[in-house]
Amino acid sequence: MAIEDDVLVIGGGIAGATAALAAAERDVQVRIVSYKQSTLRNASGLIDVLGYTPAGDGPLADPFEALAALPEGHPYERVGSEAVREALAFFDEIAGDAYQGSHTDANALVPTHGGTVKPTARYPTSTAAGLASDDRDALLVGFETLPDFEAPLAASHLEATGAPFAARGVTVRFPGIVRDDAKITRYAHLLDHDEAVETADETRAGEPTAREALAETVRSHLADEARVGFPAILGDDRADAVRADLADRLGVDVFEVPMGPPSLPGMRLEDLLYEALEAAGVRVTTGVPVVEYETDDAEASATGPERIDRVIVDRNGAEIPHRADQYVLATGGLVGKGVRSERERVFEPIFDCHVPHAADRYDWFVDDVFGDQPYARFGLPVDRDLRPLDAVDDPEFSNLRAAGAVLGGYDFAAEKSGSGVSLATGYVAGRRAAEGCR
Amino acid sequence: MSDAEQPTDDGVSGDDEFEPIQVFPEAEEMDLRPGADNCYKCSTCDTNCPVAEVDDEFPGPKFQGPEQWRLKRQDDQDVDDSVMKCSNCMRCDSACPSDVPLSQMHNTARGEYVEEQMEKLSREYIRNRILANYRRLAPLGSMFPRTTNFVMGLSATQWLGEKVLGITGERDFPEFATETFREWWTKRGGNATSKKRAQKARAKRGDAQVRSDEKRIAYFHGCYANYNTPEVAKALVRVYEHFGYEIMVPDQHCSGTPMFANGMLEDARRSAETNVRELRAAIADGADVVASCSSCSMSLRQEYPELFDFEGTEDVAENTWDAVEYLRVHEDLEGELEDTSVGDEFDDFAYHAPCHARNQGLDGQTTDVLAAIDGVDAHDVGDSCSGISGTYGWKAENYETSMKIGAEMFDHMEESEAKTGLTECPTCSMQMEHGTGYEITHTLEVLEAALVGDATEATAQ
Repeated sequence: MAIEDDVLVIGGGIAGATAALAAAERDVQVRIVSYKQSTLRNASGLIDVLGYTPAGDGPLADPFEALAALPEGHPYERVGSEAVREALAFFDEIAGDAYQGSHTDANALVPTHGGTVKPTARYPTSTAAGLASDDRDALLVGFETLPDFEAPLAASHLEATGAPFAARGVTVRFPGIVRDDAKITRYAHLLDHDEAVETADETRAGEPTAREALAETVRSHLADEARVGFPAILGDDRADAVRADLADRLGVDVFEVPMGPPSLPGMRLEDLLYEALEAAGVRVTTGVPVVEYETDDAEASATGPERIDRVIVDRNGAEIPHRADQYVLATGGLVGKGVRSERERVFEPIFDCHVPHAADRYDWFVDDVFGDQPYARFGLPVDRDLRPLDAVDDPEFSNLRAAGAVLGGYDFAAEKSGSGVSLATGYVAGRRAAEGCR
Repeated sequence: MSDAEQPTDDGVSGDDEFEPIQVFPEAEEMDLRPGADNCYKCSTCDTNCPVAEVDDEFPGPKFQGPEQWRLKRQDDQDVDDSVMKCSNCMRCDSACPSDVPLSQMHNTARGEYVEEQMEKLSREYIRNRILANYRRLAPLGSMFPRTTNFVMGLSATQWLGEKVLGITGERDFPEFATETFREWWTKRGGNATSKKRAQKARAKRGDAQVRSDEKRIAYFHGCYANYNTPEVAKALVRVYEHFGYEIMVPDQHCSGTPMFANGMLEDARRSAETNVRELRAAIADGADVVASCSSCSMSLRQEYPELFDFEGTEDVAENTWDAVEYLRVHEDLEGELEDTSVGDEFDDFAYHAPCHARNQGLDGQTTDVLAAIDGVDAHDVGDSCSGISGTYGWKAENYETSMKIGAEMFDHMEESEAKTGLTECPTCSMQMEHGTGYEITHTLEVLEAALVGDATEATAQ
């Protein structure tokens, strides 16, 4: 016996979750198997489509105009720009009020914790009041115990980018946090639950709550700015309520500035996707790796590609067979470990799909760290059905599609296209997998 | 995976041509350095730690594991006493994208702390030793179960427990059953009876192999199902016999979970030695091992091979299963459950997946399986930790933290329409009941009701 489903998605990040949701729109049983937590916790939570062309031109005002000119083999070229639009509309449907930006094709400019400005297609509602295109002056607030966001520095950077407003940064103590190494989840929890906190103010009766004390601390620094930006730690489960409460108390708009890892906006996006998966009846198995596969010899024709019959999930040495009709590989790239490297080779560890790369490892990189790095494009080449191709451009398997960062032919960090590619290819792979079910 | 076969690159075995240079002298004991080296400080583990979320005094799993490991390379560094604040939920293990063996590092550090830095006559040490060795005290309690339950239930007893030992007075001690599972099993005729029943069931099911020894399991019931909730253990027996399995109940000791969590590695080692010996013999007899408690299966599968190297440890780990998972893989459990119903005995459930089930990839299992039964729906109450973590929430100094962690689960249980709780972990069930007042059931009891019939019918067997 094996655990049976119609569509099995391997990987639980944006690409895997989108593939599963797209497949579940048809009347098929879908399951996600994911080994470890996805790289969404390292993600900004922004949904970029394309910020810069592969040649480095940008920031692009309209990403859709640039899609047609992308080189052959780029994931967007594989699925076509119509699919990118459909996938975004699909995401908008799932995200509801949690994300903004669907009113226009143009990129929004979102300030980051380094004070740079990131071109993006969709952004969390919590960042909406912070857009760099908004001409209202902004106060940025950082915390002594949270060195990842140096507010005065970020403010000067932001002004240096030519943003049309005055930005000022201050650093304050976060009420209720004493230790230097408190986790971001602790900040969020204090605000979510509005716990009582100790403050330095000896004169007041009783302990204020976290939100109250934070608003009081910031109020004394607020001049005539119309909006205040905080690092993205304003609550987790109740982030909207926390933000509204602070805005109420301060009488100005409040926004979050996306941070580096670990990232609460990324975690909230994960929660949002997983709630949608539950509502769609997708089954989720986490914490266990897929270690091997077996093909269906009866199905293999003499000439055509092989067909995957089952995959083996390893559970502390016990082998759990999982069978499905169609499979989607969404295991991530070099960071997510869907693509691996050793000193002699670059490879895809589950199905051993072909990963094009130079034979000499000294050709995998260039000396300029921010230069055009070949390794950044490592990944699987696919046909227009997103089926991985072998060294002679034939599909590796008849019932396997790949989506997200496991794909090659694009440099998401340079292009600012990570989430968009995951969404678009996940959407197409999931839909085609469901259509392919017998 | 044991350190001996930890590959140089997390979890991927490539060709073995590349030999890293041995920078450090060969360690005498477990060398966790490869695990520490694989940590690239993404802090994913920290965002999963239920303790760090409610207590900033706890530096989190990234510090407790890899960072402390590096610090300790300087010989004058003691293990930081905050390691005792870790609740051993092990959520960091399944979080880490680089396969850093976090809980193994925590267990090792905690063991060293208790061994070398903890005062052996301190109240804390004595109290932890008592809590960790529940399995040694339980037989005394269950000799006179009614008296024990009466005395343990007295507020005077709880007050004394808190004052003298630092065991919280807020919680009610679990009641001892008037007949342990093993007493029942012996009375019923032990393995021989099970063999007959299994053959009968196979004949009835039309299994070709009526007389075969193919379908044989060794049941690791753990302490709680034996002394406190024998109804869970009996449910397992009846469900497995329904599918035609003959059941063996080998001699066994505590799985060791509470001992790891308290840094009592020597106690754990003694228990593990017994368990590995007995279970290995059962495996040699053609049985697979199943456990009804998610922490027991976790322990046999993951912690034994990580911490011990008895002959057969790996063999036991590879052949141990969660009881429901085993049926799912080896039988058509969901097909068998289609169109069954459970009468009025059970309705909808507020289901909590224990951390130790989650870490085995079993978090979606119960809701998937029960969906097949008519009139039963298990609503998942979310992915938060229950907060009790075995003995952790029984300690007076952790009680408040434990309840803060559990708050999210309590809220979700209250919000759910179901008025009964469901889980596979004994202490999670204590916490669920303590926080909401709900009755708590084990998944196997629901399967028994669906497959074998209601409790009265089952009692007759």
